[in-house]
Amino acid sequence: MQNTTIAYDSKVEGEVIVTQADAVINWIRKHSVWPMPMGLACCAIELMAAGGARFDISRFGMEVMRFSPRQADCMIVAGTVTYKMAEVVRRIYDQMAEPKWVVAMGACASTGGMYRSYATLQGVDQIIPVDVYISGCPPRPEALLDAMIKLQDKIGTERSVKNLFPEKADSKEVAEATKES
Amino acid sequence: MTTSDLALLKERFETLTERESSDHVAVNCASSQLIELCTALRDDFGYDMLVDVTAVDWDAQSPRFTGIYHFLSTTKHEYLRVAVDCTDDINPALPSLTGLYAAANWHERETYDLMGIRYQGHPDLTRILMWDAYPYHPLRKDFPLAGIEVPLPADDVAEITGMSVKPAPMVGGPFVSSADGPMSQTEPRARDESWSEKKIKPCGK
Repeated sequence: MQNTTIAYDSKVEGEVIVTQADAVINWIRKHSVWPMPMGLACCAIELMAAGGARFDISRFGMEVMRFSPRQADCMIVAGTVTYKMAEVVRRIYDQMAEPKWVVAMGACASTGGMYRSYATLQGVDQIIPVDVYISGCPPRPEALLDAMIKLQDKIGTERSVKNLFPEKADSKEVAEATKES
Repeated sequence: MTTSDLALLKERFETLTERESSDHVAVNCASSQLIELCTALRDDFGYDMLVDVTAVDWDAQSPRFTGIYHFLSTTKHEYLRVAVDCTDDINPALPSLTGLYAAANWHERETYDLMGIRYQGHPDLTRILMWDAYPYHPLRKDFPLAGIEVPLPADDVAEITGMSVKPAPMVGGPFVSSADGPMSQTEPRARDESWSEKKIKPCGK
């Protein structure tokens, strides 16, 4: 993978490691994902099981479930999102600090699942961007762990440094706006 | 409920009639006598627990709405169903039982939310499942199963996401699972997959 290459030769470089900023940033980010458990239905039970001793999500560095969106960077939407709850989900997502990721856990969060009704949002991706979808009703904890590993892989391929700075088009607009004023 | 108790009730309440039932004893009652009847049931006949409050929409018939109450006697271990017709078909209303049974509070809010029956005397008759601004009562017969498009509850979220509450028709559903075969083939799926949200249902089916 391109961003994970770390070249190190102790004889030549001593205690200096040469690498890419992206590789370091992504390496740090992906091994300390702090999930926000958006438990809305029975999928949350499997999410709790994944946090328990038997499946142990802390093996992957993401056991620090944060119930405050300000301290979390990965929202795991576990369960049925009703239209009434959609507002809350979106607001909590908005309150999370960048960079942030979303995992849609289970059939309901991904597509509405078996709830094809007047009250259920047919997929949480209609209100927030989703990075990883998990199939299953509910998915087993292994499936969640697999998805989280896939999310780690995805974080590993991000252009983190580039994302830190605004796009060129934006800076042009900003420059023009300042000129006009 | 014993036949003697039932006869006693009929004697006390002239609008009370026996109702056809395949399980527990059931009676019809006029809404004007409901409070009086329930007070008697609670205090004199031992029906100390209100198990359920619901309603029936009879669609084109009149009276259109019937309120249903299920009572349980925790001493005699017997259920009783009381059915009350709403006199008004357009703005159905019934007297609230919140003064007699605390359990009626949320049940009546739910029935109001989904069926649109107003319970007079309820301390806080607001929706309990759908959001407050929701304009319909979804369990009424004239409400389509798929739903009706309305704006999302929060304006700012609707603006950011461009989303609204969208009807979700059962495309060829309900979704059923075939019991035999490998798991990949037994996933629940619609019987008729020839149409979807994007592909119009073929005519004549």
